[in-house]
Amino acid sequence: MAQDGVVKPKTKRSKRFLQSREPKLVEDLKNAMIMKGGNTSDTVTQALKDIYALKKPNAVLYKKKNIMRPFEDSTSLEFFSKKTDCSLFLFGSHNKKRPNNLVFGRLFDFHVLDMFELGIEKFKSLKDVKNEKCPEGTKPMLVFAGELFNTDNELVRLRNALTDFFRGPAVPAVRLAGLEHILHFTAADGKIYMRSYRVLLKKSGCRTPRIELEEIGPSFDFVLRRTHLASDDLYKTAHRQPKALKPKKKKNVSHDAFGTKYGRLHMQKQNLDKLQTRKMKGLRKRSRAAVTENGEPTPPKRARTGK
Amino acid sequence: MAACSVEDVLAKAEREEAEKLKSIAVTKELELEFDVGNLLALDKNPAVLRDPHRDREELLRALARDNAQLLVNEIWKLPAERADDVLVVKLPEPSTRLPREKPPPKARPPTKWEQFAKLKGIQKKKKTNLVWDEVHKEWRRRWGYKRAKDDTKEWLIEVPETTDPNEDQFAKRNKAKKERVAKNEFNRLRNIARATKTKVPGVGLAPRAQQSKNELAQAISVAKTATASVGKFQERLPKEKGPKNTGKKRKFQPLLGDFSSEKQKQLELLKVLESKRPRVDITKAVNKQMREEEEEEGRARRSRGVGKKGRGGKGIAAGGKGKGKGSKGPKGGKGSKGGKGRNPRMKQGKR
Repeated sequence: MAQDGVVKPKTKRSKRFLQSREPKLVEDLKNAMIMKGGNTSDTVTQALKDIYALKKPNAVLYKKKNIMRPFEDSTSLEFFSKKTDCSLFLFGSHNKKRPNNLVFGRLFDFHVLDMFELGIEKFKSLKDVKNEKCPEGTKPMLVFAGELFNTDNELVRLRNALTDFFRGPAVPAVRLAGLEHILHFTAADGKIYMRSYRVLLKKSGCRTPRIELEEIGPSFDFVLRRTHLASDDLYKTAHRQPKALKPKKKKNVSHDAFGTKYGRLHMQKQNLDKLQTRKMKGLRKRSRAAVTENGEPTPPKRARTGK
Repeated sequence: MAACSVEDVLAKAEREEAEKLKSIAVTKELELEFDVGNLLALDKNPAVLRDPHRDREELLRALARDNAQLLVNEIWKLPAERADDVLVVKLPEPSTRLPREKPPPKARPPTKWEQFAKLKGIQKKKKTNLVWDEVHKEWRRRWGYKRAKDDTKEWLIEVPETTDPNEDQFAKRNKAKKERVAKNEFNRLRNIARATKTKVPGVGLAPRAQQSKNELAQAISVAKTATASVGKFQERLPKEKGPKNTGKKRKFQPLLGDFSSEKQKQLELLKVLESKRPRVDITKAVNKQMREEEEEEGRARRSRGVGKKGRGGKGIAAGGKGKGKGSKGPKGGKGSKGGKGRNPRMKQGKR
């Protein structure tokens, strides 16, 4: 592509296509591209397939090998991202130095924002567990457990990235019976345990059901290897909200800690001359005509306003 | 007696209630953080996965169950409504801030005309889509196919008295139209160039009635460089001088002022100096390596070839049969090698 907008689309269809890829005020769901490197083990290939199954309608699975090293050179990654309009990626590779390697990452404006290299220590595939699975495209519930997810800088970012990767579409409402799938990430003993369970809603006697879980896979034991975190500056830029989306500030309205609403009113100065007090015969203003008994008669209109 | 039974009943009810809640209640040291909009929970308690009696999978599942229960409790607290025979819960706005995919859209910069119109206070007027066509006696579109007063569909054009009577008036109209379209496109590109602050494309030289010598020289130089090899192989006239006022002039940074860019430059230089990885132009290095190898191979063959010169005539036929690298070897080898090395880009297209 020479430059955006220089070459005019020739058909309406291509115009629509280009428009769908332009930056938008309210963005669509992020798509993920799932690809493998020059060498992959059976574990990695299967893991990629399983994660693709979890992410399915919003992911592209690359079937062929793509020889690249995201941590050394991200140009081809950026190229692919532009090509398929994906801003999340998962890259799997396997070599002697880093066996069974998965790289989770995301891009902002077709440039790498952050990447996390996770090594698979133990893996149980989706098809190894003979249980009933969740339907495709189920929005999962996400739980992160472990204090490191709140304190360690890298893991906080990883939590954010994983949320971005797995959260599914942003929806205004959800069907209660449709909350079937839960992804549980636990950080403990220097590892990250990812487990995927099917949720069974049991009767509890009250409105809220009792939860039972059934493992469906895939389940991973990860170790965090290399990371590439975005600089604070870039991270901030990526979070910048357009002005049109920001809620408008309401003037003179404030809330305190308990949620009580306070308002400040600005009153105009009241004209006390026109204040209506209690009507009494004695207080009534006499008309000018009455005062100037036999003077010139004033126009009745003025007399009335004087009252 | 009666009072006692009432108390009993109340206590019993309370106990039952507690029993019911027991199945969905979970106690945690630190409370979970929820982002119900994303169906997300964060458990800040340290996860303990070591127990002599239970294995890790079981512990993980128990932990997940507790957390899931808490999250579900939180979701079930939200007001539910019935839509199409299913219970639906309205989720609040997600509170976890996630980065955007692309930067927010920018407003299109105004075109030259828009700037001018704003300056002069010219406002857009909406024109009706349909206009009355006197010839066909019907309402027709103002523009496009089957438009009103379509001057391209006229079968006869009056030749103006002032022009050459032999001139083709139809061709003239066509040409004028084409020029208008081209001018419009050029202006569009100029607007884009101005908006992106790139160089405005040059017009070349538009023919005019009176042209100066300078303009002619410029036109010649433009025409000469307008070849695939940017005029490198263009022949010159015997006494022709090189083009004047072309090429770049050296420019120096001002001695004072603009410290920020200077600082930036110095920092970049330092970064290059400091980085442990040597800066290597990979393509150049690879090419050099390949060339050296070839030369070496060639030298070796030459020295070998001198000794076996007598068999040269038979060598071609024998080479095909025996060793793979006969006389044809190096060229074919080089070709295939070059083909592999030269276009790794091709692989990017595949998935």
